[in-house]
Amino acid sequence: MKKNIIFIISFLALFSSVLSAQNATTAVAPTVNAGDTAWMIVATAFVLLMSIPGLALFYGGLVRRKNVLNVFMQVFIIVAIVSIEWVICGYSLSFGSSKGFLAPFIGGFDWAFLNNISINDLSPYFISHSQIGLDGKAIGTIPHIIFIMYQCMFAVITPALIIGAFAERISFKGFFVFTILWSVLIYNPVAHWVWSADGWLFKLGALDFAGGTVVHVNAGIAAIVTAVMLGKRRDYKRHAIPPHNITYVVMGAGLLWVGWFGFNAGSGLAADGLAGNALMVTHIAAAAAALTWFIMDWIIDKRPTVVGVSTGAVAGLVAITPAAGFVGIPGALVIGMVVSIVCFCMVAYVKPKLGYDDSLDAFGVHGIGGIIGAILTGVFASPFIQSAYSGAIYGNFHQVLVQLIAVLATIIYSGIGTFILFKITEKLVGIRASDKHEAIGLDETQHGETAYNNFD
Amino acid sequence: MKKIEAVIRKSKFEDVKQALYDAGIEWFSYWDITGLGKSTEEQIVRGQSFQSSFIHRRMISIVVRDINLDKTLDAILNSAWTGETGDGKIFIYDIQDTIRIRTRESGPEALFNKE
Repeated sequence: MKKNIIFIISFLALFSSVLSAQNATTAVAPTVNAGDTAWMIVATAFVLLMSIPGLALFYGGLVRRKNVLNVFMQVFIIVAIVSIEWVICGYSLSFGSSKGFLAPFIGGFDWAFLNNISINDLSPYFISHSQIGLDGKAIGTIPHIIFIMYQCMFAVITPALIIGAFAERISFKGFFVFTILWSVLIYNPVAHWVWSADGWLFKLGALDFAGGTVVHVNAGIAAIVTAVMLGKRRDYKRHAIPPHNITYVVMGAGLLWVGWFGFNAGSGLAADGLAGNALMVTHIAAAAAALTWFIMDWIIDKRPTVVGVSTGAVAGLVAITPAAGFVGIPGALVIGMVVSIVCFCMVAYVKPKLGYDDSLDAFGVHGIGGIIGAILTGVFASPFIQSAYSGAIYGNFHQVLVQLIAVLATIIYSGIGTFILFKITEKLVGIRASDKHEAIGLDETQHGETAYNNFD
Repeated sequence: MKKIEAVIRKSKFEDVKQALYDAGIEWFSYWDITGLGKSTEEQIVRGQSFQSSFIHRRMISIVVRDINLDKTLDAILNSAWTGETGDGKIFIYDIQDTIRIRTRESGPEALFNKE
């Protein structure tokens, strides 16, 4: 995402000459750009909208009625706990800097509790809009604290995506401990690798505009690992486990689609043409993916299903995420179509064949969709969008290799890390709900509430 | 007086409703039911097909005078039939008495409007 920072150096050379010309007059103090700032505040709210209620409705509709509150509760509590974690240490570990050999892998504690950050500071991270600070370094055009809050919403939604894998059978205590550990120890380092100016994947030139690897591959791999380790739901394969409220699924998918405009078009950290491109390709990829899934459903299962188009749209949104700032309409169309076909096969054929119980297809849609998107970004990145980046179809085959390295590194780290954290959580508090609790439903047994009550 | 309860296919509900109107049945109640047993039906969720033992049907309930029993049964039997497994069942009960709350008249008289 912060790929452009690499150009600080070249810009610096240019601007320092400009500055020296201005030396006679006083240096101009950098100012907040009102347009960029206004858009980023809105985008931040949009990304929160994706988690609550978007993802909560999407997942909540897909589970059975006895577990819907448990899913809502998990998303809600993730928003609360990860936001606190973010200001305590998450932001500093992700976007801060550390010394020595750890620098490419994780940030330090300089910004813990948002220490040393004032409300008048400008964001040190920027993509297309920057200006020269009083110290002669390039700096962003939005307040630092807005960048922090915007990134907070990304940190929130990533663990929320994982719950689709273990829905309907995890104890709330186990979920709670696992989520905190995962956010601190898995999300923060991977975000640092890809987005921080010191990160090793960033320096390698990995393209990830809005979080294909950091958010979706990361969460998707954690999803498959937890789904396999936790085992199947007691009713899996004994009978179908159909969604209990498909209207929720559609509302959730719709809110995700809307919120994704903030997620992708906000990732340029400016209100400009690049944000416009991100918004456009996001919309087109989602539409192409929804349409592709709809056609496959119609041909293969005789009737187009509502759950199908909702899933297709989300798969398209996932896949376009890393690509939004790099590809144009042709790339968006191909990415949308390819991801829908692959995810459909994963969900409809590969999953039942392998027999793992990824309850709501967090891996099948987010993991696989994220991997496809990250790799295809390396294929379709177009120099007509950002002139510095091009992909394989413009002759830069090296980019595909870099994307593969980024994906593999994320898979390995997230996979092994999740495995270890799962074991630790299991030892500490236990992680699977008891068979009886699972049968009765997690709403009643974990929260003492039920979603649909017949009497006043 | 007899009470008729019939489990029918949801897809046949409109036909049964029309047949009952045509047979002169003025009022009946119905609700959706889910049966659970050994037989299964195919269900497709996100492209993945399951053999589901949860079977969805509709139940209708009618109380009729004895003279209307046969034509009501005929109406249901003819309209709910497809010939495939799973067409449903009809249950017939004796009704001890009926009382119209508004006028307190009882017996078969309470079952229909004389006007």
